[in-house]
Amino acid sequence: MQRSLAFGAYLLFSSLLLALLLYSGRQQADTVAEHYFPANRQLVKQLGLTDLSIWSEARYTRHPSQADLFTAFQDYPGAFDHFPAGSIIGPGCLQGSPSLSFQKRGQP
Amino acid sequence: MSARLKILEHALASMARRKQKNFAIIAVYTLTVATLASILFLTQALRNEAANVLLGAPDLVVQRLLAGHHDLIPKQYAEQIAKLPGVGKVTPRVWGYYYDSLKKVNFTLLGVNDASEPPLLAGHLPTSGRQCALGRGIADTYGVEIGDSLVLVDSKNRTLLYEITGLFSHQSSLLTNDLILLPEAELRRFFALPDSQASDLAVQVYNEQEVSTLAKKIKHQLPDTRPIGKMEILHTYDTVFNWRSGIMLTIFSSALIAFCILAWDKATGISAEEKREIGILKAIGWETSDVLLLKFWEGLAVSLSSFLLGTIIAYLHIFFFGAGVLGPVIQGWSVLFPKFDLTPAIDLYQIFALAGLTIIPYIACTVIPSWKNAVTDPDSVMRS
Amino acid sequence: MAALIQAHTLSKIYNRHQADEVRALSEVTFSVEAGEAVVLQGPSGSGKTSLLSLIGCMTRPTSGQLRIGEKEVSRLPEPFLARVRRETFGFIFQQLNLLRDLSVLDNILLPLYPADLKTAEMHSRAERVLEQLNLLEKQRMKVAQLSGGEQQRVAIARALINQPEIIIADEPTAHLDSTLSKELLVILEHLKKDGKTIVFATHDPYVYQHRLVDRRFSMHDGVLRKAE
Ligand SMILES: Nc1ncnc2c1ncn2[C@@H]1O[C@H](COP(=O)(O)OP(=O)(O)OP(=O)(O)O)[C@@H](O)[C@H]1O
Ligand SMILES: [Mg+2]
Repeated sequence: MQRSLAFGAYLLFSSLLLALLLYSGRQQADTVAEHYFPANRQLVKQLGLTDLSIWSEARYTRHPSQADLFTAFQDYPGAFDHFPAGSIIGPGCLQGSPSLSFQKRGQP
Repeated sequence: MSARLKILEHALASMARRKQKNFAIIAVYTLTVATLASILFLTQALRNEAANVLLGAPDLVVQRLLAGHHDLIPKQYAEQIAKLPGVGKVTPRVWGYYYDSLKKVNFTLLGVNDASEPPLLAGHLPTSGRQCALGRGIADTYGVEIGDSLVLVDSKNRTLLYEITGLFSHQSSLLTNDLILLPEAELRRFFALPDSQASDLAVQVYNEQEVSTLAKKIKHQLPDTRPIGKMEILHTYDTVFNWRSGIMLTIFSSALIAFCILAWDKATGISAEEKREIGILKAIGWETSDVLLLKFWEGLAVSLSSFLLGTIIAYLHIFFFGAGVLGPVIQGWSVLFPKFDLTPAIDLYQIFALAGLTIIPYIACTVIPSWKNAVTDPDSVMRS
Repeated sequence: MAALIQAHTLSKIYNRHQADEVRALSEVTFSVEAGEAVVLQGPSGSGKTSLLSLIGCMTRPTSGQLRIGEKEVSRLPEPFLARVRRETFGFIFQQLNLLRDLSVLDNILLPLYPADLKTAEMHSRAERVLEQLNLLEKQRMKVAQLSGGEQQRVAIARALINQPEIIIADEPTAHLDSTLSKELLVILEHLKKDGKTIVFATHDPYVYQHRLVDRRFSMHDGVLRKAE
């Protein structure tokens, strides 16, 4: 009796918690849809962006939608797929390549 | 209390007896569900983000192909395309990559013409030659702010300084994380691009329905080009973040295999102890259906509680802790990986599918192996 | 009045039509009156356990009839047999067959779970048998922590909780020392006084000769005979 009550209470609690999370997620999504999506869409429009900036290591991951036709794992755009080979084969070390640096304000 | 509840009570009591074993099962199960649900939440959120945000992308991007490579496109192509009926503005875009061999990051350099203030930018866009605007990821990685200067080395090994005049807010990270904006003229100078050429052309199409027709026309008129429609861009992201795509499928399938091992162990490993218990219960007057109900409750208790717990963990993981565990897995070698500040996009259908695909097989794996024992005559109990 | 248990030409053949066919019981006919205590004895493998399982509705005869009270049970489908086991019989097994990691109370309540009883009724019944068998203080303990004699009493308590008319005991003293055997028979005597019918099988001459026994049978190769 006590055990089924405890079990029922646990189920009730966790389903309520989950429902609450999903509901608050929905609310959050609504406000985002109202403010943040339009702003980003505007940004995309103005800068003419085509891709999400998620993987910056290679052209076909940085701009998957713009990648060359015979990029790795992409025979043609309709068959786009990528495999985590990039995370298995590490990037090589280029000799004498440029690098990015910054100069703090006021420093020579 | 009805017979069913009493049998549930016994199911829970008998699970409490094998605490360690059941905790282990629940832990593995929860972890599996959490992994699967995390993938579903993450991919769904990213797809939703891409679908909403990239709606602003150019209707058509026209690239030129040379020997199969993306090559610079002559600006006169723009004039030709602009003449096609239904085409609005054709904007030549100038962009390229810049590799930092120390941090092993590939940046995207983009030329801007339009100085009107875009949203989600602190400061302003570069206007004069020696200015730039940066994405939040770069600023965070290198610890710089507005007023500092960016140092780039061009292809002739000259060092050039650009003052940072604008930083994108983190709310746009998913788009601008590794972006470096320079005035277009300056970017041309930096890359030593001839004025008569561009990286590609962004084509505005008045009627959405005509995009594919126009793409065909362009391809026909300019056979060395490759038009990419907005729908294709959106489709790309739909595919990349589909759970069937490579990375996701890898994680997905390993989690699923873990689950199958768990279920398989359950399905095959009904212990002598369990068999004896079923015999005893039947001998003292339990019906076959009571025994099966008992096993059903056991399966349900494990799977339902693990499912709920796993889904809650997944939700918190993705939307409260920025996919802290799964993020690095899909990050690969990407150094400038955006902090996922994702908007919850939940597909209830997916959650129910996940529930169905984990709870039902698990219960079946608990109930079915007991079946054979539950239907045999209990007289063996008298002899054991 | 008709006898409580009536067996007519009961036969049980295991692995029928196979190479290892065993005729465990052949045409056993006998009856037991309500309130009687009946004992079976016989060499190992003679079919005592088989007969007790048949009477106790744990399995069905290959041929013959069996009536328990008013009911013909030899052809009943399984759910009904389970019901008869639950409502009419209390079993004391040779192996105690308790769930050792559960508490005394949980073990005793097990036969009641499939029945539709009120919780209060369940607990008052449990209290009654626990008191009867002097286990009240031990009810929260796990069976594994009890002494052999206490475990034996738990097994009896479980057999009694359904208030069965008939107690079936298969070699109940096989694992007990003489003190515990005596204790068990004292309990069985009380049960008999309460009007329960008792059928048991034994090798133990002490049990076989006990004053509580009304009638004695002996078995040989599946054939039942009245002992002199
Ligand atoms: N499930 C079964 N399958 C095949 N044969 C069986 C089965 N159960 C019992 N037998 C056989 O039936 C015969 C009678 O067995 P039973 O257990 O009734 O004997 P018993 O008189 O109780 O012996 P014991 O005194 O050793 O307990 C034995 O020869 C036994 O091998
Ligand atoms: Mg026997």
